[in-house]
Amino acid sequence: MLWNTILLSLREIKRNVMRSFLTILGIVIGVGAVITMVTIGGGATLQVKQQIASMGSNLLMVSPGKRLGPGQSTGNIPFKQTDVEAIARDVRSVAAVAPVSSQAIKAIFGNQNWSSQVTGSDNQYFTVTNRSIGAGRPFSESELRAGAAVCIVGETVRKKLFGGQEALGEKIRLQKLSCEVIGLLEGKGQSTMGMDQDDIVVIPLSTYQRRIAGNQDVGLIQISVQQGASTEKAQQEIGRLMRERRHLSPSDDDNFNVMDMKEIARMLTGTTQLLTALLSAVAAVSLLVGGIGIMNIMLVSVTERTREIGIRLAIGALESEVLMQFLVEAVVLSSFGGLIGIVAALAGSLWLAGILHVPFVFNAGIIIIAFLFSAAVGVIFGYFPALKAARLDPIEALRYE
Amino acid sequence: MKTADTREATCESGRHLIEFRGVTKVYGEGQAAMEALRGIDLKIDEGEFVAIMGPSGSGKSTCMNILGCLDTPTSGIYTFKGIEVGQLTRKQRALLRRHYQGFVFQGYNLLNRTSALENVELPLIYRHAPAHERRQRSLQALETVGLKGWESHTPGELSGGQQQRVAIARAIVTEPAVLLADEPTGNLDTACSREILELLTSLNCDQGITIVMITHEPDMAANAKRVVHFLDGLVASDKQNGRAQ
Repeated sequence: MLWNTILLSLREIKRNVMRSFLTILGIVIGVGAVITMVTIGGGATLQVKQQIASMGSNLLMVSPGKRLGPGQSTGNIPFKQTDVEAIARDVRSVAAVAPVSSQAIKAIFGNQNWSSQVTGSDNQYFTVTNRSIGAGRPFSESELRAGAAVCIVGETVRKKLFGGQEALGEKIRLQKLSCEVIGLLEGKGQSTMGMDQDDIVVIPLSTYQRRIAGNQDVGLIQISVQQGASTEKAQQEIGRLMRERRHLSPSDDDNFNVMDMKEIARMLTGTTQLLTALLSAVAAVSLLVGGIGIMNIMLVSVTERTREIGIRLAIGALESEVLMQFLVEAVVLSSFGGLIGIVAALAGSLWLAGILHVPFVFNAGIIIIAFLFSAAVGVIFGYFPALKAARLDPIEALRYE
Repeated sequence: MKTADTREATCESGRHLIEFRGVTKVYGEGQAAMEALRGIDLKIDEGEFVAIMGPSGSGKSTCMNILGCLDTPTSGIYTFKGIEVGQLTRKQRALLRRHYQGFVFQGYNLLNRTSALENVELPLIYRHAPAHERRQRSLQALETVGLKGWESHTPGELSGGQQQRVAIARAIVTEPAVLLADEPTGNLDTACSREILELLTSLNCDQGITIVMITHEPDMAANAKRVVHFLDGLVASDKQNGRAQ
């Protein structure tokens, strides 16, 4: 019975392909836009989350300098290796502490050269920044202490300098320092700010201080907090410790900065999610407009087919059957629109995800919701025209020209 | 579906197939009231071929609408197969049409852009006949009206006479108790009219289908077994037609 009605409505749609397509265009665009927005938005949120997770969501960064208004700066007092050791020793919830000093330096191997971020640190750096050594070995204790001319390079640097060649054991030149490649980092991809995290050369801090910077400073301190421990508490403890070490009186402002990656993460994902919700809401309005389009065309269709309805009623169709016919027709139309919209949205989001460099996240939930919603639009906006058709007087309808 | 009890109630024999007793129909109210039928008494038995004639406004079409259960009398009683139609709901009347009546209209009233076969299948769809039975019976009905080989043509591709035959096939495919034809040849030329009339006559003679037909043309009516003349909402004359028998 219902199957028959569906077949009838399919016949009717087939008879009016062009009009049917225009009718459902609103639904196609509405469903397509909502799914695309949600999919791309979900991808963007996931990307932000992934990048932050890859940076270490329990990461704290201590940098020198006051929190000042825009454009202002003060004479920063840099950190020393002893600050790093003090934090590692005195702050209990800390998992790893790494000193980081870096600057952009041209790395040269043979006739290849590549300007990269050269970072002086120690093995803790890999723990804190969630990097792992893919080949070779980390720094040894003696290399770190003595400031040996060794380095561990990131994937991008390896590709640019060595191409397909074996990199381990080769020597690259950083300014006047010629250092041996003892390890290769595994690739990490782009960071949230669009920086290439693999464009990096790590050398022992003492080597950096002595041979490149020419001082004993540590640019910033990166800390990873133990799993489950409160980062806020760690933040406070580090703040207290640093104030003490820098002999600040209670009236003085901090002349250093402790940043929490979690905060930044929350802020970034919050922004993407809000944007996604807003854009989806705008897209959902077009679904409503699409529904009104369906009602409009169905009303026209009822008027146009008055005679047909008269014929059907005259040869024994029940009111309820005519109602069902038009209702099913509206629902089949709008569901078709939904299906086409879903296909278009998947293709569109795949394409957009490629262009925007956002991961494609297949969201089955929103697809089901969008489809059900499109069918519901058919029921809601198809009911009134269907009722109008069913209530026609067969005698009048047969006389209608 | 409540078709079963409708059917059982009709299984009384010895009555007339169609019976009008003092049927009136008034359109409008008060001052504007217009009496279309002013007390019709009419009995039609199974197997009859009745032609209804009369000038415009004499109440032919109103009578036909009541016969076809599309309308109900204002007063008086109309029984079809012993059922009092005036007492039925709109839905029950639709079921009566579905199971016992076939319609042929002046303007053919086929579904546009729909093949002849699909048009003929339509009443069977509402009877919920299985697809293969539907197809078989429709093909047979089209063959009966002489349209074998035209099944896939749409009304636009058929001549007026052929369209009317499709309409007749649609009306008889359900093997109705009565075939109601409202000026079936009104839009056709003489040659086509003759063919349609021959078809109706053979359906009546060979298959025993009861036919009630409205017509303007006396030579059409001459082919029927019985001619009823309407005038001003009343039956003016009711004669058996010697020639046709």
